Amino acid sequence: MGATVTEKILAAHCGGKSVEPGGFINASVDLMMANDVTAPQAIREFLRTGAARVRDPGKIVLISDHFTPNRNVASAQQVKLVREFAAGQGIEHFYDVGRTGVCHVIVPEEGYVSPGDLVIGADSHTCTYGALGAFATGVGGTDMAAAWATGEIWLRVPETIRVVYHGEPGEWVGGKDIILETIARMGVDGARYRALEFTGDAVARLSIYDRFTIANMAIEAGAKNGVFEADEKTLEYLRGRTGRKPVIFASDPDAAFADTVEIEVAALTPRVACPSLPENVKPVDELEDVRLDQVFIGSCTNGWLSDLRAAARVLKGKRVHAGVRLIVIPPSPAIYLRALKEGLIETFIEAGGAVGSPTCGPCLGGHMGVLAEGETALATTNRNFVGRMGHPGSFVYLSGPAVAAASAVTGRITHPGRVCGR
Amino acid sequence: MGDETIRGRVWKFGDHVDTDLIIPATYLDTTDPERLGRHAMEGADPQFAANVRRGDVIVAGANFGCGSSREHAPLALSGAGVACVAAESFARIFFRNAINLGLPVFEAPGIHGAASQGDVLEIDPARREIRNVTTGAAVPFSPYPGFIQSIIAAGGLIPLVRLRLGEGRFHESV
Repeated sequence: MGATVTEKILAAHCGGKSVEPGGFINASVDLMMANDVTAPQAIREFLRTGAARVRDPGKIVLISDHFTPNRNVASAQQVKLVREFAAGQGIEHFYDVGRTGVCHVIVPEEGYVSPGDLVIGADSHTCTYGALGAFATGVGGTDMAAAWATGEIWLRVPETIRVVYHGEPGEWVGGKDIILETIARMGVDGARYRALEFTGDAVARLSIYDRFTIANMAIEAGAKNGVFEADEKTLEYLRGRTGRKPVIFASDPDAAFADTVEIEVAALTPRVACPSLPENVKPVDELEDVRLDQVFIGSCTNGWLSDLRAAARVLKGKRVHAGVRLIVIPPSPAIYLRALKEGLIETFIEAGGAVGSPTCGPCLGGHMGVLAEGETALATTNRNFVGRMGHPGSFVYLSGPAVAAASAVTGRITHPGRVCGR
Repeated sequence: MGDETIRGRVWKFGDHVDTDLIIPATYLDTTDPERLGRHAMEGADPQFAANVRRGDVIVAGANFGCGSSREHAPLALSGAGVACVAAESFARIFFRNAINLGLPVFEAPGIHGAASQGDVLEIDPARREIRNVTTGAAVPFSPYPGFIQSIIAAGGLIPLVRLRLGEGRFHESV
């Protein structure tokens, strides 16, 4: 019996023995990432392990992103704890204000992930790195602490669901629309405990950024990880970022899949997830009566340079609706700088938007744009749970960047083609 | 968390109770279970933290704990005094975190329909059964796989790591 990409990566990290779905393994870990919200809990647990030192400081990356620049005294204390732990343990890959950004953008940008790697992150959207052909999964602080101490993680080998994308996406359709449609088909627990493998002829046409967006939301279907087979676009993205040799795995023709989901992306129109689950997905055209108080463009899902370009293309020469607050947050210093040089930031500010420094910010209702009771936001983020962006009585819709930008202009959820005259 | 029977009063919730409901992100600037416990389940029931009693149990539908990897979720429940969670199914990161931290969680298909708010449940690990003392109903639950049982027996992942680091045998296979 053949093996899937996920099974092959896991097998390569537990001594090369073959692995069976449902079996438990101790796997060696190539990279361990934690942020300013989860690292303090990991540190607390690490101190209970009895280990004086982390096993391999070079494999640990600590990124301040959720509440930074610090939003209050408590978050400042937490980042201080992480900063001091990094210094004391010789962890050089600590990202502080000025260098930092949203962790799932910083990690690939800085070249920490290569195809074939096994990555754990104390953040559920760690699955993002599956876009690069790695096994990447989110864990809690205790798992992180154990991995810091031992270099290993216990894992149940997941069955794989194959998601096959066919055709060529239309002008206004991107990674977000594709993954929202996928989650709508599967449900928010449709891939619970399982791996998703994204494949099909459409994948070669998707940019690496669309793939990041798709892999990022694998967790919103409940998946353990979501993986793309690495290809030329993957290698092109990695060029200049890492000197490590990629290890590219492909699923065998006789690999066993728990299920196969087929999606014709050529038939898709822009999609929006309605409150309060990412599976409540509708075509944008059915939601044009929904009035908005705030639009947020950013996050690990859709803050990539290509996303900011797509938003700026819609906003160029237009004004944000008087009743709407537009907040744009480039998720890394590198993306911010490129957006500045390309004139995208100018476009956002001239349109009446506010541009913030790299942070997760409003995505999880932390700071930089929290919602009041009764308010409605459209965000290019990944979760629209009750209270996600603020008051439990506020409402969050999710979309890609072009829909978000168009909706900021009209004050209602809007197809970008309407604003751009097409 | 081990073989002892848990007996407690039910707080009942629905499907897809996510981590933002269990502990809203605005409270993530502490890892203190007591402080987190004051806001436990705030998004789902703002009265929960004020009225939950030590030893109460949560019964939920499918996919309990979906969303974030924040361990503040199981910590908040423990801090609020919740003795265990019994659900139709659990989201995987929450399940790991609960096991690793020693919060008992029981995957028991049928439990949601067999318990109402305020009922008294007895969870009997030896017989792998949840009994509703109020109604007399009984729902079985699956045993944990062997490796997970070893974490539970050690009192959580960290005690297991400490034990194995001390014996120099963490790197043996599970």
